Amino acid sequence: MFDYTFQWKQALNRLPQMLDGALVTMEIAILSMIMGIALAIVLTLLRLSGSRPLIAIATTWVEVARNTPALFQIYMAHFGVASFGIHFSPFVSILIGITFNNAGYLAENFRGALKAIPDTQARAGRSLGLSELQSFRYIIMPQMLRISFLPMTNQMVWAILMTSLGVTVGMNTDLYGVTQDLNALTFRTFELFALAAVIFYLITKTITLGGRLIAARLFRY
Amino acid sequence: MIEIQNVRKSFGELEVLKGIDLTVQRGEVVTVIGGSGSGKSTLLTCINGLEAIDSGKILIDGIEVHARSTDLNKLRRKVGIVFQQWNAFPHLTVLENVTLAPRKVLGMPRADAAKIAEKQLRHVGLGDKLTTYPSRLSGGQQQRMAIARALAMSPDYMLFDEVTSALDPQLVGEVLETLKMLAEEGMTMICVTHEMGFARDVSDRVAFFHQGILAEIGAPDQIFVDPQHPETRKFLAAVR
Amino acid sequence: MFDTALTVNDLIFLARGAGMTIIVTAISVVIGTLLGILFGVIRVQLGPILAAPLTFVLDIFRSVPLLIQLVLGNAFIGMVLQLQISGFTVACIVLSLYTSAYCAEIVRGGIDAVPEITRRAARSLGLTWGQDMRYIVLPLATRVALPSWIGLALGVMKDSALVYVVQVTELLKSTQILITRLQEPLFLLLICGAFYFIISFPLARFGGYLEKRWSND
Repeated sequence: MFDYTFQWKQALNRLPQMLDGALVTMEIAILSMIMGIALAIVLTLLRLSGSRPLIAIATTWVEVARNTPALFQIYMAHFGVASFGIHFSPFVSILIGITFNNAGYLAENFRGALKAIPDTQARAGRSLGLSELQSFRYIIMPQMLRISFLPMTNQMVWAILMTSLGVTVGMNTDLYGVTQDLNALTFRTFELFALAAVIFYLITKTITLGGRLIAARLFRY
Repeated sequence: MIEIQNVRKSFGELEVLKGIDLTVQRGEVVTVIGGSGSGKSTLLTCINGLEAIDSGKILIDGIEVHARSTDLNKLRRKVGIVFQQWNAFPHLTVLENVTLAPRKVLGMPRADAAKIAEKQLRHVGLGDKLTTYPSRLSGGQQQRMAIARALAMSPDYMLFDEVTSALDPQLVGEVLETLKMLAEEGMTMICVTHEMGFARDVSDRVAFFHQGILAEIGAPDQIFVDPQHPETRKFLAAVR
Repeated sequence: MFDTALTVNDLIFLARGAGMTIIVTAISVVIGTLLGILFGVIRVQLGPILAAPLTFVLDIFRSVPLLIQLVLGNAFIGMVLQLQISGFTVACIVLSLYTSAYCAEIVRGGIDAVPEITRRAARSLGLTWGQDMRYIVLPLATRVALPSWIGLALGVMKDSALVYVVQVTELLKSTQILITRLQEPLFLLLICGAFYFIISFPLARFGGYLEKRWSND
């Protein structure tokens, strides 16, 4: 039954190329997280603004991000915008798609975190003469980010996994894209993708464990 | 000078302040006593502009708190407030809790703010806790930190809203001592309190609130020894 | 007004894709949930050390991109085992295992949320392990787990968009085929996105509602 002979060496020979791909994968994930966190903070502020149109914009963003496939969001960033004559490179499209997704999910996490911070914190800030925005910036936001720290590491794992979708818009320098191109050359599908799986596993585990270690230090207060 | 003129305030159906008149002079210590729900805490948050009022006027050094043109953030630098719940900022050290407002509101350089904060923290007996996080402090220490935090803005007036009510009994004394010290230094203060001994010792005048009305105000000896209003008598008999 | 080359036949084509999305999701969620309950209970019963191998394997499904899982599943069945089975079957197998890994986590969380004292009280009344599970743990754990499970099922529906990689033409793939032919990407993608949203949004809201209601009492 097991006629298939595994040829791991062929796959291992390609490891350096795949590791280069892994770097691109991490680059996309990190950039999309940084921009995603910044946008999620903006979305949170919009939701707190009390202005109906601004709340509607933020809510629509969050709900679309959470209720449609990530692949759909990436298609929108690549093929959808083409209807307006805008043509992004695969790298930019995947970055926009994942950032959109990150921002939506993180904004929802932030909303949960805000519920855990008593109203009296902002009031104490206001009573010291801080403006509303200063209260948010110096008192509420730091606490919100710390409470959301573990969900943020989860989202970072998702961002890593989502980079694999770049291949659908023509991305071929990230880990999945590199693996797919190598597969077209060698046809060692199982070995190559198994190796890619191991690399993905190691990256995501590092993020999860690293996140827990950092959290243990951050939550000292 | 703080002038409160015919102030009314309702929460929905419930009118908590029914036309309050009260003037507090510079250097004066006024304590406000009364049963719960008498509106005394609401008055403090109105003075500070944290709550809107329905009618009447509150003037601080002639500036109307609730006028549209008033810059509340600026006005609040003059008026410090400390609440029953001390609201320590948990993510900041004791020193950072105190330096935050001087740095961000007054734009003071970090070193200058730290100098002032250290002075105030030593003043309230927390000179050795500068780098500690609030979660490591007792309730009394956190409340004293909150007092130092308000004092670091060099306010002209201080409002204290039942600052000992949430404390364990054995921690009440240290906070009251701190307030007493401030009173002796000549700070203008309005203290809402349930501590009758403190009210009697420290106040220039004691105000008794009953159901949204300032029922009686006078020197501590008069209020505690010879109360005129029947509700004052009833209240004092109950708390004694 | 609005000009489109989209025909009724194209709409039927999209509807078929949507049907495929729902079928793949339904099969995977049902099988994945059953497996997930089994794995979750095993994990709790064995304890963290004995269950470590199972935990490790399930963790892999949550740490590797689904796209790779599908490619590997397909390659393993087709090239290594040399079995002739359809992409549809491969998609259902992989997606079921993927679902079971997340579901086991939810089940474990649900059981852990039942206080030990409650369970001991049940056993001290003479209930057997099975009765304890049936009458005490199950109802209590369900309250904790159901909102997360709804989220999982919706997640699987969204992730099922990836089964195109094993030649299953679900909704998003159908949309892409039409985009290539009609060159109206935005319009077609909006139809496709609306379909996912209309199913996912109300159910997600319902899950949130359950979570809020049950956490209050």
